[in-house]
Parts: sequence; structure tokens; C-alpha cells
Amino acid sequence: MDNLIEIRWHGRGGQGAKTASLLLADAAFNTGKYIQGFPEYGPERMGAPITAYNRISSTPITIHSNIYEPDYVVVVDDTLLESVDVTSGLKETGAIIINTTKSTDYLKSVLKGYNGDIYTIDARKISEEALGKYFPNTPMLAAIVKVSGIMSDEALLEDMQGSFKHKFAKKPEVIEGNMKALEMALKEVKKI
Amino acid sequence: MSIRERLSGNEAAATAMKQINPDVVAAFPITPSTEIPQYFSTFVANGTVDTEFVAVESEHSAMSACIGAEAAGSRAMTATSANGLSLMWEMIYIASSLRLPIVLSLVNRAVSGPLNIHCDHSDAMGVRDAGWIMLFSENNQEAYDNTLMAHRIAEHENVRLPLMVCQDGFITSHAIENIELEEDEKVKEFVGEYHPEHYLLNEKEPIAVGPLDLQAYLFEHKVQQADAMKAAKQVILDVAKDFEKMTGRKYGLFEEYKLEDAEIAIVCMNSTAGTTKYVVDELRNKGIKAGLLKLRVFRPFPVDEISEALSHLKAVAILDKSDSLNAAGGALFEDVTSSLYVTKKYVPAVNYVYGIGGRDTKAEDIENVYKDLLEIAKSGKVENPYRYFGLRKEGE
Repeated sequence: MDNLIEIRWHGRGGQGAKTASLLLADAAFNTGKYIQGFPEYGPERMGAPITAYNRISSTPITIHSNIYEPDYVVVVDDTLLESVDVTSGLKETGAIIINTTKSTDYLKSVLKGYNGDIYTIDARKISEEALGKYFPNTPMLAAIVKVSGIMSDEALLEDMQGSFKHKFAKKPEVIEGNMKALEMALKEVKKI
Repeated sequence: MSIRERLSGNEAAATAMKQINPDVVAAFPITPSTEIPQYFSTFVANGTVDTEFVAVESEHSAMSACIGAEAAGSRAMTATSANGLSLMWEMIYIASSLRLPIVLSLVNRAVSGPLNIHCDHSDAMGVRDAGWIMLFSENNQEAYDNTLMAHRIAEHENVRLPLMVCQDGFITSHAIENIELEEDEKVKEFVGEYHPEHYLLNEKEPIAVGPLDLQAYLFEHKVQQADAMKAAKQVILDVAKDFEKMTGRKYGLFEEYKLEDAEIAIVCMNSTAGTTKYVVDELRNKGIKAGLLKLRVFRPFPVDEISEALSHLKAVAILDKSDSLNAAGGALFEDVTSSLYVTKKYVPAVNYVYGIGGRDTKAEDIENVYKDLLEIAKSGKVENPYRYFGLRKEGE
């Protein structure tokens, strides 16, 4: 499992963290990688904390456990920061990406001394501006791609154009907004 | 040319069913296998297959409908999990005793109670003596491949037994992974048409199916079932050879992973084997001679072959993802150790019951098993052969 990248997603039911992990798996697959995308199923309901995972590698992946020492963590909802140990096992050579507008001091205080890179993005603002609605998963997908360098910006945009065409075949009007959300997120994710 | 795709285990099973295009699918939804009939019903609705899809009102009816369809002379498939299989139980025995080669996709899940929707093998182990061929699958690829091979095995004139393809609920059924698919035409040619020798709708040969069978003959009929199960072993190998010709993917009764020169090894089934391969590689890098025997064919149980493959080891651990609650050990442990005994081989053996109700199996858990095996190999002694791993410690 050369160049294995492991990613853990934290979100709340209904925000699309699972979908984002599957879209990321799809996009990485389309660049020729071996991929895994899987959610941790629990008593799922709207608003409940959920976890999803990705493994991405240039060679076949055989391991079938959850991910305990991720390279990257994506937090789709910052209200989870105080209730879920989001940096658990997170490698300090990796990074955490949080959808938030909270202050750097606050983030550092809730991340329990995590010494790796911390990135933030205002996925709410991007989503509402691009889509007119709050769907944080599309901006977060772009943010993890940007931070991890799994693929180039262009490869992501090209691939997602195809995926959205398929996914939103019955409502093509949302494709443009989703593409705009991706483009904005690629630019706006920033290290603190 | 194989087609590079990415599918979940359930999508893989449903795709195999689509390519097989059976005459009848009868199913009732139950987590985590629900997606299989769900996807399949869209193939029916879209006209991709010309299968008669029977949306029954229970799993007992699903298996009954498959029995009726197969007895009539058609090819029938279904899918279920856990309590769905429990509700089929009566008909599971009838399907095998009537020698009807039904193919069932079993997405393994803990049987209640208390209620749990996650993976363990208690559903499969509950029907291990029911006369079904049972194939286990490490990942989506094997779930797909085993399903493509299923009818060729089950319908073979020396076999004529129903067959279930098992995969781990959620762990592989709901995980998207890379997979190599075969082209529709090639699958169609490989699977072939079903021409049963005897069937109810044959007007030239009126027969009765499943009549009363008392002291005079039931015993002999059961021995015929047992003989068919023995014969299945060779058929499984023959079909695997043909499959390899088509796909390049090789299958046996089990997979030996770095086992040949191993001193210690694990025997397990389904997704845990993948995690174990990862750990074996890590240990090999440290110079530890660890190996794996991943069982694919659990029924018929390959007694001689397993014993032969394990006989050189200094210690072996058998992992059961289901507890037999018998104060003796798990089902796989009993089968492996009795295989060693009857073939006059002795390898110190230890049993771990693990992963019950979806408890995650970590690489670290597997590493600890190998650590225990190193100790056993050194001392040659097994103090307590019936153990657990992954259990909460006191206060956790």
C-alpha cells in the first residue's frame, strides 16, 4: 500500500459527509488510484454525529478496519469540536480541515494541543453564495483535495463536472452552483 | 478485457446477478443486504434483465418462492442477512434436501438478540449444517466472482445443491472499492443456460417434489446429499479453473498468503483476511514468519487440504466471527482442529472469537494474535484455547 493516504470525516447526519467521502473516492478512482470509501454506520438520524472514511493508494488496499491514525481529518460541522475527539490519532505530519468561522484561539483550545497543520474554510458562506443553500459537503471535498494534494485542482474540477452531470441528471440547474462552490473552496481554504 | 470499476460489495453482488439474469429473484429487504434486491429491482424496472422479480412479504416466502421456481425448472436467486436467514431456516433445509441449486447472497450480520444490524457470522454459522455450499468473500471482487461461479457449481450434475455467497455486512457490503468486472457477454457464456434433468413443468415426465419420506428412505436421501457435498469440492476447483481462464483471477478452496514458509499463521474468513494480509506484510518486514490461510469454501469443508496446508506450523490461531456459546469454541475452530486430528497432524491451536456485533477488527488486534502465537510456538503449550479479542477491558 504505497503512498497510502487515510482520511477521516466528521459530520452530522444530513450534511453529506458520507456523500463527500464517496465523491472523493470516485474522483481519486478516476485518477487511477485504488480507493476505499465507507461510512461508519450507527443509529443514523439527522443531526447525529457521523464518521466516514477514505483510503487512497497507488497499490491495492487490503485492510478493512476503521481508520485510527488518519493523515487528514475533515470536520464538516464545527459544533462537533467540543463533543467529538476529532484529532484522535491524527498524524502531526498531516492536517485537520474545519468548516468554521471561529477564532484561531478557540480552535487551538478545542484541538487539545494538536501540533499539525490546521486549515479552515467557511463552507457555509461558499455554499450559500454559490448554491443559495447550505450544503457544506461540496466545498469540504474541494478543501481536502487542495490540502492533501491527492489530485490537481484541474483534475478535480474536470472529474466533478462529469460526476455532477450524472448525479444531478434530473436537476441540471444545480450543477453550475456546485462547480462554483468547488472553485471558491479551492481558493478560500487557508492555513491558520 | 476486464472493466475497471468501483463498487460497493452490495453493488458487486447485484451486478453479478444482473449479468447472470436469472429467471426468478424473490427477496424481502433486510439491512445490510437490502441494496441487493433494491438495485436488482431497478434492473428489472429498466428492462436490463428479464427476470421475474417477486416482492414477497417475508424471507420465509422469499425462500419458498425460490424453491417453487427452481422445482419448476427455472434459475432462482435471493439475498438476505441475519434474521432474514433465520426466518428462512425451515425452507433452507427444504431447498437443499430437494436438491435445488438456488443461489443466495448472504450479507453477514449478527442474528438478534439484542437487536444489532452490524457484521458478524452468526447468521451463516446458524445454517452451517443445512446442506448448502458456503463460499466466503474477502471483498467486493470476491463477492462478485463467487456469485459468477455459483450456478456452475450448484447446478452441476454431481452437486445439485443450493449455494450461498457470504460477505461482511457494511465492512464490504457498504464500502466502495476498486473492482474488475467482466463483460456481459462473457459472463453469459461462462454461466451458461440452466437445463435441469428433472423439473415440475416437464409435461413428459410427471414427478412429485418433496413428498413424505419416512424410515424407509430418508436416511439414504440424506447420504446422497452428503455425497453431493463431497463431490462439490472437485466441481468448485474445476469451475475456478475455467474462471481463471476467463479472468486471470485464481481461486481455490482457500487462499494461502505467505503460508508456505510460515511458522505461525491465522485462519479466518471474509474481510478480516484482508486486514490480516496487511499485518502479515508488516511482520514479514520485521523478519517474523507469519502467514494466513483465508478460507473460501467453508462448506464443503476441505479437511485434508487444510490439514496439509497447516501441518508445518508451530502454532495456528483460528478466528471465529461468531461465538458458538458451547463452552468449547467457535465453529471454524472446531472444524479446523478436528481436521488436524483426523488426519493425525498436531499443531498447537488457539481460538479467538472476535468482531461480534460489528466490533471493529483493528490491525493491532491481529498483531496481538501473532504475538500470542509466537509465545505458543516457543512453549508449545496452549493454556486456554478458547479466547476473545477486541473485548472491552474492565472500566472501558
